Amino acid sequence: MSTTDVLAQDRPAALRRLLARPELGSLIAAVAVFTVFALAAEPFLRVASLGTVLYAASTIGIMAVPVSLLMIGGEFDLSAGVLVTTAALTSSMVSYQFTAVTWVGVLVSLAATLAVGAFNGWMLGRTRLPSFIVTLGTFLMLTGANLGVTKLVSGTVSTKPISDMEGFAACRWLFASEVTVGGLTVKATVWWWLGLLAVGSWVLLRTRFGNWIFAVGGDAAAARAVGVPVARTKTLLYLGVGFGAWVLGQHLLFSFDTVQSGEGVGNELIYIVAAVIGGCLITGGYGSVVGSALGALIFGMASKGIIYAQWNPDWFKFFLGAMLLLAALLNAYVKRQAERGPR
Amino acid sequence: MNSELLALEGVGKTYGTVRALEDVSLTLHAGEISCVLGDNGAGKSTLIKIIAGLHQHDEGRYRIGGEEVRLASPRQALDRGIATVYQDLAVVPLMPVWRNFFLGSEQGHRRWGGLRLDADGMRATTREALARMGVDLHDVDRPIGTLSGGQRQCVAIARAVHFGAKVLILDEPTAALGVKQSGVVLKYVTAARDAGLGVVLITHNPHHAYLVGDHFTLLKRGRMAGSHPRAEIGLEQLTTEMAGGSDLAELSHELARPTDPEPREERPKP
Repeated sequence: MSTTDVLAQDRPAALRRLLARPELGSLIAAVAVFTVFALAAEPFLRVASLGTVLYAASTIGIMAVPVSLLMIGGEFDLSAGVLVTTAALTSSMVSYQFTAVTWVGVLVSLAATLAVGAFNGWMLGRTRLPSFIVTLGTFLMLTGANLGVTKLVSGTVSTKPISDMEGFAACRWLFASEVTVGGLTVKATVWWWLGLLAVGSWVLLRTRFGNWIFAVGGDAAAARAVGVPVARTKTLLYLGVGFGAWVLGQHLLFSFDTVQSGEGVGNELIYIVAAVIGGCLITGGYGSVVGSALGALIFGMASKGIIYAQWNPDWFKFFLGAMLLLAALLNAYVKRQAERGPR
Repeated sequence: MNSELLALEGVGKTYGTVRALEDVSLTLHAGEISCVLGDNGAGKSTLIKIIAGLHQHDEGRYRIGGEEVRLASPRQALDRGIATVYQDLAVVPLMPVWRNFFLGSEQGHRRWGGLRLDADGMRATTREALARMGVDLHDVDRPIGTLSGGQRQCVAIARAVHFGAKVLILDEPTAALGVKQSGVVLKYVTAARDAGLGVVLITHNPHHAYLVGDHFTLLKRGRMAGSHPRAEIGLEQLTTEMAGGSDLAELSHELARPTDPEPREERPKP
C-alpha cells in the first residue's frame, strides 16, 4: 500500500466545521432567548427597548472581549470586576486631588489598570501559581483598596463630583455620550464594545499573536517548545483586561459623575459566564470573541427582558446559572466532536 | 560524509543531588540516523533536553556545526537548525493542522506589513509540505487532535523539514504506535535523512532502531553502555545489550525453576 492512503479521507468537512464552531451554541441560545421574550413581553420588541438591551449587553461585552481572549489563553481574571471600579476611582480621585483636568485622571487610570494587568501576568509567570489564586489575591486586594483609599481621600465611600472640571464634557462625549436615531438610543459603550469586538476577533483569528493565544491555552508546554513566548503572551492578555476595565471604568465615572467604591464585586463572574456561554472552554485553547459578544447579548436580553415581561427579577441569576451549565456541557461536547476523528 | 552537524563530548548533567547524565558522547553527521537506546530512566530525556536547549549541561562540551554552545532556550536550538519532535507535546490538539504547522514561525501577509496572517498561503504551504513527505491531507483546517498519533508525528516531522531544520531530534516517535503506524513514521524518518538531515532517534525499541539506524548509542543509568556503528553490531547483539546483556543472563538464572520442569503425570491431556 502507498503511504498516502494511511491518512483517512475526511468526513463531510463543511458540515462538521459548522457544528464545531465555538459560537454555534451561543447563537442558538441568543435566538431562543430573543424569541421567548419577544413572545412573553410586548415592550421587548420596541426600538427603545433595543437600545436598553444593547446598553446592558455592552457594559458586559466590553469586558467579555478581553476576558474571553484570556480564557482562550488558558487563564482567569477574578480581579476584572473590581478593576473597573478601581479604574473609575483612580480617574476621579487623581483629577480631583491633583489637577482640575479630567484627562490627567483618565490617563493615570489607564496606567493603573495596565499596571494591575501587568502585575497579574508577572505574578503568574514568576510564581507559576494558578491564575485563580493569583487573581483572587488581586481581587481581594483591590476590593479592600477601593474602599480604603476612597474613605481616606474623600471621607466617604464615594468620590466627589468632578463634572465642573476642565475636560469633563469631552470625556463624557468619549465615554458616556449617546446618539438617538429614529427612537433608538445608542450609548458610547456600544461603539466601544463593537470596536473592541472587531479588534479582538481580528487579533485572535488573523494575527500571529492570536495563534499564540490558542497555543498557550491549548498546550503551554508544546507552545514553549516551538518557541512561543508563553509568559509574555499571557501578560499581554492581562493587559487587555486592564484596558477593557479602563474603558468601562471611565464610562461609569463620566455617566454618573461620582463613583461608589464598593461596586464591581461579582461582575468578574458575569464576564466569565459571557465568555463560557460564547463557547470558551474553561480549560483554554478553544473559544471565540464573537461568541463572548453573543453571551453578553444574552445577558442583556435576559436582564432587561425579565423586567419587560414583569417576571420576578430574582430569578435572573437562576436563569444565568442554568445557561452557564448548559453552555459548559455543550462546549465540552463540541470539543469532543472537534477532537474526534479517524483513529 | 564528514560534515559534523552536532557533537556531544563527555556531557553530564546533575539535578540537585541526582546525577542524571554522565560522560555521554555522540556525533551526528548529515544524512545519518543516530539512535539512542535506553530503558526508562536511562537518561534519554535528559539528553534530549540538553540537545534541544530546554536544559543546560553541567559538564563536557556541546558543539553545533563545530562551534561550542550552551543553549539557553528551545528558540536558540531552533535558530541553529535543531528541531525536536516530542513524543507527547509535539502539537496543540485543538488547533487546526495548519496553525500547528506554523506555530512559532507564522507567515505574515506582505500587504499588512506582516501583521496579518497569510492564512491561505499557510494552508497551501502546509498541504504542499505534507505532500512532499508523502502525506495527503486535504482538510488542513481540522484540529490536529483528530489525527492519529502516527499522523501527528508525520506533521511534526514535515514541519521540521519545511522550516529548514538540519538536525531532527525524535523522542520515542514509535512508542505509542501500532506496528503499521510505526512503519509509516519510520518511513518519514528515512525520508528526512534522504533530504540530508541528521536524525537523532531516541527509542527503547531496538527493532525499530535497527531498521533505520546508522549508529547506536546505548544509555544505562545515565552513562554510556556502548556506542557502535551499524557495521559493528547485529540486531541480536543490540537487542541483548539493550535488554541488559549480562544482567539479563543473571536474571534468567535467578528466575529459573529450582529443578528442571518434569512432565507431571496428573496433568490432564487436552
